Amino acid sequence: MTEAAAISPGDRPQGERRREREEAKRAKARRNALIAALSSVIVIGGLAALVLTSPGWPTVRETFFSWSEFKNAFPEVLDGFWLDIKVFMVVEAAVLVIALAIALIRVNRSPGLFPVRILATIWVDVFRGVPTVLLVYLVGFGIPALELEGLPTSPVVLGGIALTLSYSGYVSEVYRAGINSVHRGQTDAALSVGLTQTQTMRHVVLPQAIRRVAPPLLNDFVALQKDVALISIIGPQEAFRVAQIFQGENFNYTPIIAAAMLYLVITIPLARIVDRMGGAGGVR
Amino acid sequence: MAGGAPVIEVKGVTKAFGEREVLHGVDFDVADHEAVALIGASGSGKSTLLRCIDLLEEIDDGDIFLDGEVITDPSVPPVAVRRKLGVVFQAYNLFPHMSVLQNVVLGQMRAQKAGRREAEEEGRALLARFGLEGREGDRPDELSGGQQQRVAIARAFAGKPRALLLDEVTSALDPELVGEVLEAVRDLKSAGMTMVIATHEMTFAREVADEVAFLHEGRIVESGPPQQVLGEPRAEETRKFLARLLEAGRAYGDDEGSWPGRPGTA
Repeated sequence: MTEAAAISPGDRPQGERRREREEAKRAKARRNALIAALSSVIVIGGLAALVLTSPGWPTVRETFFSWSEFKNAFPEVLDGFWLDIKVFMVVEAAVLVIALAIALIRVNRSPGLFPVRILATIWVDVFRGVPTVLLVYLVGFGIPALELEGLPTSPVVLGGIALTLSYSGYVSEVYRAGINSVHRGQTDAALSVGLTQTQTMRHVVLPQAIRRVAPPLLNDFVALQKDVALISIIGPQEAFRVAQIFQGENFNYTPIIAAAMLYLVITIPLARIVDRMGGAGGVR
Repeated sequence: MAGGAPVIEVKGVTKAFGEREVLHGVDFDVADHEAVALIGASGSGKSTLLRCIDLLEEIDDGDIFLDGEVITDPSVPPVAVRRKLGVVFQAYNLFPHMSVLQNVVLGQMRAQKAGRREAEEEGRALLARFGLEGREGDRPDELSGGQQQRVAIARAFAGKPRALLLDEVTSALDPELVGEVLEAVRDLKSAGMTMVIATHEMTFAREVADEVAFLHEGRIVESGPPQQVLGEPRAEETRKFLARLLEAGRAYGDDEGSWPGRPGTA
């Protein structure tokens, strides 16, 4: 140790450089925190000042952020939101299953499945290519217009079907990307130990593919969760619809803000989960 | 060539990828309990030939026989053939989402329909045999390259194959890890395993192989006992190939080349 001290630059005792560096690091951290705080105050304060001093602010405060309107509308908007949640859960489950089936059909090369493969491709192209809001409209008014026995007529179910069609298109492409990302060597190895094509897919390719696409899948969940509000255009009394009714009665937009907040309660935690999966070891 | 009927017979096998013909009529045999070292430059078709034997690639012409029965006929189910052969790949190709033990028993349990207990017992014994006791529950990425390749050898061996196909099993390894994998192959050889070993390790080929076959531009140019092919090669192409290897060995600082009896000194 004394030898090391003897040859250290500037003839300082061992450990002094470490203390200097740590002190410098702390000073830098303090400076950074100060800059972050200052710039936050300037930016956020500036924006707040801009909004609060705008000529229309008193009106906006009254029509968008009225506490009495909020209290009045919130319980029913919340009731409507439960419908959103239920539709979301059912649609999500259906999408996960149907999209996986479509993806498996599309990556299968067997000639017997050729017609099904064509249909799966058309399904994805059409339902992913049409805006979801149009699908909701077309399914919601088109299917009942057929007047066929046994077809659903409930707007909630029809809206759910439209969302399922749309999202199964997106999600099947996510699955397919995952399946195609699994290295050829994995299939070789699985076949070489005597597995069939189907066993190879089930035990080797799919488990790796799904792990890899979990973050983008969750991302699509977040989008779906919000898009459930689209079914309001064909009538179901979900959160947005209920909020709109209140808004129409009192010419006050606060119930819409209430509905927006309910969505955030769900989507922000989901987004954080996506972040975490994407950041650390999402691929394993 | 050692006595006995050939386990693997390759006859006039041709394979092209699009316009590029990789194998132009390859002939060679592997007798029971025999190890054939397949040598040749990168791109000479060694891997392709092994993949064709395991039916991972479809051949264009010729035939391959396993124990006297043709396996390359379209009427033969490839799964049944692959269950009789084991392959060890250059890049290990272990299943990263499974434990070491699961890697080894997957084929046994799913393809050979063995019971879990029985398969796992055998799997543990095999892992121990290749020096991997205690690592059964680890994921492949927690292992060194040499350990991973030994797991891959155990996995290929677990199906009690009629023959093992080893595709440059040491080429992806750091030099200090090559020895432990070659040791595992030696073990298989002494257990009487029939093997085709595509390799760049000439010292090893000379030591462990009963026969060396030199593949050049999609053809077997020369084959015979290791001393002859590596020591007194007859074909001009073999001599050139071995001389190039020797030069490469010198460039890396090997004093006298990496195998004994190199050409020109016999």
